[in-house]
Amino acid sequence: MLVEGPVEMLTDDGTLVTSDRFMVAVCTCRRSRTYPWCDTSHRHRTRPTRDNAQDTHNTQDTKHTQEEA
Amino acid sequence: MTIHLESRLTSPPLPQERGALSRSVIGALRSAAACPDVPQHIIDAADPYGEDLQLALYVLYELHYQGFADVADEREWDPGLLALRGSMEHRFLDALRAGAPTSARAHDVLDRLLTEPAGHDPDSVSHHLQREGELWQLREYAALRSLYHLKEADPHAWVIPRLHGRAKAAMVAVEYDEFGAGRAEEIHARLFADLMTDLDLDSAYGHYVDAAPSYALATVNLMSLFGLHRALRGALVGHFAAVEVTSPPGSRRMAAAMRRAGAGPAAARFYDEHVEADAVHEQVVRNEVVGGLLAGEPGLDADIAFGAEATGLLEDRLAAHLLQKWRAGDSALRSALPRHQNA
Repeated sequence: MLVEGPVEMLTDDGTLVTSDRFMVAVCTCRRSRTYPWCDTSHRHRTRPTRDNAQDTHNTQDTKHTQEEA
Repeated sequence: MTIHLESRLTSPPLPQERGALSRSVIGALRSAAACPDVPQHIIDAADPYGEDLQLALYVLYELHYQGFADVADEREWDPGLLALRGSMEHRFLDALRAGAPTSARAHDVLDRLLTEPAGHDPDSVSHHLQREGELWQLREYAALRSLYHLKEADPHAWVIPRLHGRAKAAMVAVEYDEFGAGRAEEIHARLFADLMTDLDLDSAYGHYVDAAPSYALATVNLMSLFGLHRALRGALVGHFAAVEVTSPPGSRRMAAAMRRAGAGPAAARFYDEHVEADAVHEQVVRNEVVGGLLAGEPGLDADIAFGAEATGLLEDRLAAHLLQKWRAGDSALRSALPRHQNA
């Protein structure tokens, strides 16, 4: 969600975070790793091909991706 | 306290020639002589993506940014050089249009870029670097990308006077962010110079041009080509949108790669900033810059799509080159870098 900056936000744990960008993208899907700011983790993902899925099953990268998806 | 040396305080020396076209251009600039007539058949025979034509174009475009040491600033508008540039641009643009044919609408092309691959993408440089990138590969990547990032967002500023209304207001807002939102130390080009320092690279403007293969030169020439021609304003906007849309996930992987390799805080910061900034920029560019331009000039739809597709074409070519070299354990540069002082 785009909000005109500067923005001050009180997060769930009571921390006050600020962004003075001209426009601020606030995360509404809760998947962002830079929460409360959007990091585009909400994006749709293509299905992995069979080779890809096997290739990535044991890696950290896949773990990250699955967390995001 | 370290003293920051501004990357663009000086202009770089002229690079080494790579063939007949770059020899003509560099020779004319070095000797302060008029550009010799280059026979059309030489231009026609040149590989549009080759080392020679891409370097010749790169040198001519640099006259519009920072110039070169001992070359008069007035050569920027030398009619002979401009004529040669025009002929070479034709070759380049024809190749791009043939390689990135599109009948799609701009928004369809950009929507496609919004889909991320699930899992590991073996054809992606940032996926590779995040998973198994070594410090020497990160340094090579930064050296190559310095050709753009030390003038980050400059080619795109040329489109501003060609836009109006919504598209202009949004483009200027994004560029303001790129240029540090009023703070010199936050200019993205400056953040990149800090990244280079973390990686023990020389952040002097133009330092790595001789080391850069044509694949890297072409990605920067594309922006200069689109930026300098009003007729290509749609392509410039499409290119910019493609860069902003693909940046956040790629930058997140690059920040992870920098941390994993222990590159240093400024190296990670550059990419962290691009995750957050470009998550904003991509929406502003798609909705307001592309949307505003299409509302005013719907006839530019195909050109916006072309600009985005051509960007992907050249980025894919560069990625294939880098990954092929690195997987073979070879340098992807034309000349290997000096070793990292602390590695």
